[in-house]
Amino acid sequence: MTAAPAPATPDSGSQQPILEARGISKYFGAVTALRGVDFKLYRGEVLGVVGDNGAGKSTLMKILSGLYVPSEGQLLFEGRPIRFHSPREARDLGIEMVYQDLALAENLNIAENIFLGREPRRGRSMGPLSLVDHRGGREQARRHLESLRIRVKSVDQKVGELSGGQRQAVAIARATAFQAKVVIMDEPTAALAVKEVGKVLDLIKGLKHQGIGVVLISHRMDDIFYVCDRVVALFHGANFAEARLAETSRGQVIGWIMGTKESAGELAYDRVQ
Amino acid sequence: MTASNDTATPAAEERPDWRHRLIPILDRYGILLVILLMCLVLYALQPEVFLTWRNVANVFKQTAVNSLLAIGMFLAILTAGIDLSVGSVLALGMMTLAVANAAGWPWPIVLLLGPVVGLAAGFVNGIGITKLRMPHPFIMTLGMLFMARGLANLISGGVPYTGLPDPVRFLGSAQIYLGDWGAERLNLPVALIVTVTVYLVFGVFLEHTVLGRRIYAIGGNPQAARVSGINVDRVLIVVYSLCGLMAGCAGLIQAGRTNSGFPNAGIGAELEAIAAVIIGGASFFGGRGTVLGVFGGVIVMGLISNGLNLNNVSVFWQQILIGFIIVFAVFLDVVRREVSTRK
Repeated sequence: MTAAPAPATPDSGSQQPILEARGISKYFGAVTALRGVDFKLYRGEVLGVVGDNGAGKSTLMKILSGLYVPSEGQLLFEGRPIRFHSPREARDLGIEMVYQDLALAENLNIAENIFLGREPRRGRSMGPLSLVDHRGGREQARRHLESLRIRVKSVDQKVGELSGGQRQAVAIARATAFQAKVVIMDEPTAALAVKEVGKVLDLIKGLKHQGIGVVLISHRMDDIFYVCDRVVALFHGANFAEARLAETSRGQVIGWIMGTKESAGELAYDRVQ
Repeated sequence: MTASNDTATPAAEERPDWRHRLIPILDRYGILLVILLMCLVLYALQPEVFLTWRNVANVFKQTAVNSLLAIGMFLAILTAGIDLSVGSVLALGMMTLAVANAAGWPWPIVLLLGPVVGLAAGFVNGIGITKLRMPHPFIMTLGMLFMARGLANLISGGVPYTGLPDPVRFLGSAQIYLGDWGAERLNLPVALIVTVTVYLVFGVFLEHTVLGRRIYAIGGNPQAARVSGINVDRVLIVVYSLCGLMAGCAGLIQAGRTNSGFPNAGIGAELEAIAAVIIGGASFFGGRGTVLGVFGGVIVMGLISNGLNLNNVSVFWQQILIGFIIVFAVFLDVVRREVSTRK
């Protein structure tokens, strides 16, 4: 694999974030999951989000993707304040989430999974009884997969017959099928075979080059340091540290996950392999 | 960007072996093969009787009720659910229309009462499953099984009502005379037309409409459907309402066939419907199965009882055989899943 071209990361001063969160807090009963978290994502940027289990990563992502409503704080999309009541509203704006468990229907084929909930229709519109345009959907799916350089035998294949990496690719294809501007991915490589990880990471780089802002939650330092432009660490539900990738190191990031600003390079689990 | 020419799939060199190509075909049409085999065997055993129009029409007449119950049950099973109440809802629909008729209501209303009562019972099932957050459709529909049966007895005082006007009986008992073929009179049972029409409509609905595909999606992965913006609760309410509607229609057909309403109608019918759906290849885990398969399952059950009747085999053997076939059909499903999904 050749090295990716220099990251087209905008400098934070001159450009407006595509998605921004200001002072987000989230309470579940007596439990505080997030405390005044700030977050910025720019166009064409891959942002790594790290933190220990329970640090609040997933809660933050679910707020950004409309699954949860924040208890306090404000979300801005392209500079405009927004408020989501469901994932559908976020999707309508172009904010897509790729779930850790992939959220695919294994009994349906690749094309149908890509258009799940947004089926291409033909003929007269009759609400839920509208006819599905199977042929058009297949064709669109094929072209979309091609544009992402994802190769499958056929878009008619059932997702249940695919390998983990192929499923991940289908999930990403679904997230990007409708002019996505932001794609949030929760541990996209956690369940993959080693040889498939690189392909998914390259896919993420491809999204970035299309100008999509990508948020990547990962525990794997290899992933973070291969694709990300910037990394943000959460600790105990609050912002802990943040840096351009070029200005930090694995040891430092691992330290952040453990809640220390000193380098923890010697403890790096990913070096022990 | 040169890095990622073969992104994310181990490309297409691996050819599907014969099993992977055969399975989808067998999935779809295997049941027809089974039916053909059964017909050959039955024809060999009773060549004078089995393939007569009269006998074939008889098979269809006798399976009409089960075929309507089974198609509704199929919807519920597609969503990984079940509807145990269809037999009781059949009886409730049947009793309601018979009692209304005895009370002197005009026949168009009497005719509509069966399906409408079924629809209402199904709607209540759907509301209970989704809004009351029952842990499994089994619970809600088990409750409805008792409630509908009790209601059917309550409104009739537990006794049968006989005698219905012809228009009400039409769908269940009328025959259309097509002409003669040799010595035989070709009479087409209207119930068969009803069944075939219903199955065609459901076939188009499930394969080609947005809602139909979403029913499959919910059966495959309800969580995926939910996060994709599909209103899962609403779809489930529609599914159970349709299942109830079909049970009500089955009640109308049954009333027409027997020219009466009796509160013990349809006892155990839900199990026969489930059996037909399972024999037809639908998966109990949801999301898998076809309308054609369900139709095949209904016909297989009809042929078993017809064939054994023609050969004077005790009805008890029918039960044993059907039980055996259910287990065998599910075993086939288990094997197929192991072969067709990668681990």
